[in-house]
Amino acid sequence: MLNFFYRNRGQILTLTWEHLWLVGVAMLIAILVGVPLGILVSRRAWLRKPVLGSTNVLQTIPSLALFGFLLPAPWLGERADRLAIVALVFYALLPIVRNTYTGILGIDPAVRESAIGMGMTDRDLLLRIELPLSAPFIVAGIRIATVTAVGVATIAAAIGAGGLGELIFRGVAMVNDQLILAGAVPAALLALFADLALGFAEKRLRTPR
Amino acid sequence: MDAAGEDAAKFPAIEFRSVSYQAPAGPRILDGISFSVARGETVVLLGRSGAGKTTALKLINRLIAPTAGSVVVGGRSTTEWDPIALRRSIGYVIQDSGLFPHYNVEQNIAVVPNLEHWPRQRTVSRVAELMEVVGLDRSSLAFRYPHQLSGGQRQRVGVARALAADPEILLMDEPFGALDPITRSELQDEFLRLQQRLRKTVVMVTHDLREGLLLGSRLALFEAGRLAGAFSKDEFARSNDKTVQQYISPFRHQAAL
Repeated sequence: MLNFFYRNRGQILTLTWEHLWLVGVAMLIAILVGVPLGILVSRRAWLRKPVLGSTNVLQTIPSLALFGFLLPAPWLGERADRLAIVALVFYALLPIVRNTYTGILGIDPAVRESAIGMGMTDRDLLLRIELPLSAPFIVAGIRIATVTAVGVATIAAAIGAGGLGELIFRGVAMVNDQLILAGAVPAALLALFADLALGFAEKRLRTPR
Repeated sequence: MDAAGEDAAKFPAIEFRSVSYQAPAGPRILDGISFSVARGETVVLLGRSGAGKTTALKLINRLIAPTAGSVVVGGRSTTEWDPIALRRSIGYVIQDSGLFPHYNVEQNIAVVPNLEHWPRQRTVSRVAELMEVVGLDRSSLAFRYPHQLSGGQRQRVGVARALAADPEILLMDEPFGALDPITRSELQDEFLRLQQRLRKTVVMVTHDLREGLLLGSRLALFEAGRLAGAFSKDEFARSNDKTVQQYISPFRHQAAL
């Protein structure tokens, strides 16, 4: 087994790198879109249902189907990795948006009231109070989204986007357990590592009470 | 009334002119309130829960705006003020102090100076000065977080924070409400001592009549959104007004026990 890994280390490393790249880019975009969306939703109550509802629906679409749906899209269909990243972003949005806005709404009303009463602008309130206090929740959302994305990204291989899924699909097709494991074990390790690192960050950001 | 008193009466720090407030799509909370607060006096707003005291307080720093009438602060209607500038010129203390849990004591007190971009050195020395004023030991407490403080200490920090930019007006919403009786009376005494020195214009909400009589120079009694009247302490105790008597009687009973 280890011998197999060792012999194919070049390919496993390349695919792991591809996998990381897909997940990393997707998470970066999801954070850049999801956190502001969560902030917006915390300020405009009427947006809550449509935004959370639609991100929720996106999440219920089976990943293989989502990849398939996006395939004929004009700009997306051109490159498999582009498409995979967009699909991963879709999946990552819900936990990030939801946690951002629950984190902000969970802040003690007395804290918010005194901040406004002391003359903070909306921007001050957001940057000095709301984001720091909801940071652990936001990171928790990113953590859930990242771990999910590492798993979902293996399926991206089905549309030729690369990543560790390639080894898994090939292994399944060839009924080769070693090949499946060569994809699955690094993917699981990546997920585990992301979970630990972000869990640590979450703990560090938590305000003691 | 002496000359200074007359002068202060002519230019009240805060004036309510037939103020009504109705929450959006909600009940009318205040109805035609008129009274004024002179510079340097402590007016205590009394009344039952839901009588409109806190609402009246929030109208002063424009956390809410009146639906009719106007609240005049420093000669200008609160709706003409830039709300941010208005709030920064008014200290605000609320019941569970509303301290920021992710800021230590020093950072909490420095909030308004930092919003106003004071030079670092000025802020540091102001914080040190205020900690002494409110009786907090700087060396042991400056870097503690709110959850590491006692209720009384938190409230002292809340007061120091409200005083940081040396505002002329101080609004206090049941500032000593959540404290045990001993700490409470300690802080009340210190408030009196502080007020003697600083002479701020203070509007304080409480539903404890004894606290009102101890700390207030005048008492304004609210009942179901209306103002039953604003009285001096003596007037209040001797008043024949039915609402006042009704309000006082349970406290009399309590005192008799």
